[in-house]
Amino acid sequence: MSNNNYFSGLFSGIKSLLVGLGVTMKEFFTRKITEQYPENRKELKMFDRFRGRLVMPHNENNEHKCIGCGLCQMACPNGSITVTTEMLDTDDGKKKRSLVKYEYDLGCCMFCELCITACPQGAIEFCTDFENAVFDRAKLVQQLNKPGSKVVEKKVAPKPEAPAAKPAPAAKAEAPAAKAAEPVEKKESNPETPTTV
Amino acid sequence: MFDFAKVTNWIDALLLSFLPGWAATLVECVLVALAIITLYAVFAIILIYMERKICAFFQCRLGPNRVGKWGSIQVLADVLKMLTKEIIDMKNVDRLLHKMAPFLVIVASMLTFACLPWNKGAEVLDFNIGIFFFLAAGSIGVVGILLAGWSSNNKYALIGAMRSGAQIISYEVSIGLVMLTMIVLTGTMSFSEICQQQADLGWNIFRGHVPAVLAFIIYLIAGNAECNRGPFDMPEAESELTAGYHVEYSGMHFGFYYLAEYLNLFICAGIASTIFLGGWAPFHVPGLDGFNHVMDYIPGAVWMVGKTFFVVFLLMWIRWTFPRLRIDQLLALEWKYLMPMSLVLLVLMAICVSLGLTL
Repeated sequence: MSNNNYFSGLFSGIKSLLVGLGVTMKEFFTRKITEQYPENRKELKMFDRFRGRLVMPHNENNEHKCIGCGLCQMACPNGSITVTTEMLDTDDGKKKRSLVKYEYDLGCCMFCELCITACPQGAIEFCTDFENAVFDRAKLVQQLNKPGSKVVEKKVAPKPEAPAAKPAPAAKAEAPAAKAAEPVEKKESNPETPTTV
Repeated sequence: MFDFAKVTNWIDALLLSFLPGWAATLVECVLVALAIITLYAVFAIILIYMERKICAFFQCRLGPNRVGKWGSIQVLADVLKMLTKEIIDMKNVDRLLHKMAPFLVIVASMLTFACLPWNKGAEVLDFNIGIFFFLAAGSIGVVGILLAGWSSNNKYALIGAMRSGAQIISYEVSIGLVMLTMIVLTGTMSFSEICQQQADLGWNIFRGHVPAVLAFIIYLIAGNAECNRGPFDMPEAESELTAGYHVEYSGMHFGFYYLAEYLNLFICAGIASTIFLGGWAPFHVPGLDGFNHVMDYIPGAVWMVGKTFFVVFLLMWIRWTFPRLRIDQLLALEWKYLMPMSLVLLVLMAICVSLGLTL
């Protein structure tokens, strides 16, 4: 019995060692995954879920989706988001909140993505830019809404949104985000629910 | 095959023409020592570069590629850095032994390095008990390691040295037995005669067929353990012993251990290629005279170095594939598996040789 164990153990051990050697030999000839960064700057593409810095995608009409509810500001643990809004009168005589300035401080962002989770509109997202170094701390505070931009009008434009404001890699990343935004907008009839989160 | 002895004889005659006998011998000794030390350093640099590249490739990385083309002078830069580093005098160490230990290791390594047959007629240390001498000289290294651990006055160093002692002494048993197996086949212990025989009759690994192939595998495992490398790097298990026996060394004293480690790898591979793969003997297929003739044109030194680097690659492949063994697993592998197997192989080889079953 013990004899049997000795030899079967020996042979199964040798077999598993050979499997391991096979794996490393295969790895020896595979393409290496190392990115040689400064040289491959042009063709380097970060993976889609990389959290570089916060951006607010705008469509070709310079429209964004932010309604200025301030949920992201409340969700942010570090207070790196400041949303400034104003009340505007709409055509049908109602008052409506409108975004004036969306300030984001990259310097104290910890890339937790809680703001994006909190946003009922899918108006903000992380882009894959990672070259965020600047020489002055003040430059880290960025305004995310572009000058002269306004909220996208609902019902008028039934999703022709192909945001061409960004170059190709960013556009790809935005496509799923735009889809994800759709169900959120339908739920918009009860905007109180996300606030409890 | 080109006989290197012609060159050495010519130098000898030249020196004797204007020097007395003792001075000629002295000059020759110095020349040979210089050649060996140069080769030693060159091979160390090549091996370190090779190790870093091969390790990187096995791990799906690129390895050093910034200093020089493909990182080719990275090692040179590392060597220069090592040479400029301070050798720190420790307070509570055993001064003499602490300073002596690295030299023992490097002397043992160089003595065994000198045993390698580079070409026909280009053996440095060659006499009728060559393999015995190789084993004996190689064992000086373990003294150096033990002394390093003891004199450092450091618990990690001592544990590392003790493990190393246990490991090297254990694996020396199977190395000795495997070499004995091959001596049964060759009938001689002189490296030059072993090579000459393989040039005439074919490589030992083919002549000895089954027992020789198994002996080759056991030699690779035990040899890897002898070099304190690969899955057997217990003495310097960096995760638990920081750096093992050389934790208290700095500068070039540490450099000696580093150098000796790589050269021991090369020597281990070189002896494997001498004993099993024919040393400088070219590859011959019986019957194909044209092919054999072409093979004869490749110099013996190229064959020797080529085969050695092939074996080095095998050893590096093993090192970068397997996880480290525990000390009890390490000793179990030797005493329960390798040693009984090499004893069986010895008997098997003796039977094969006595019945004339070898090729």
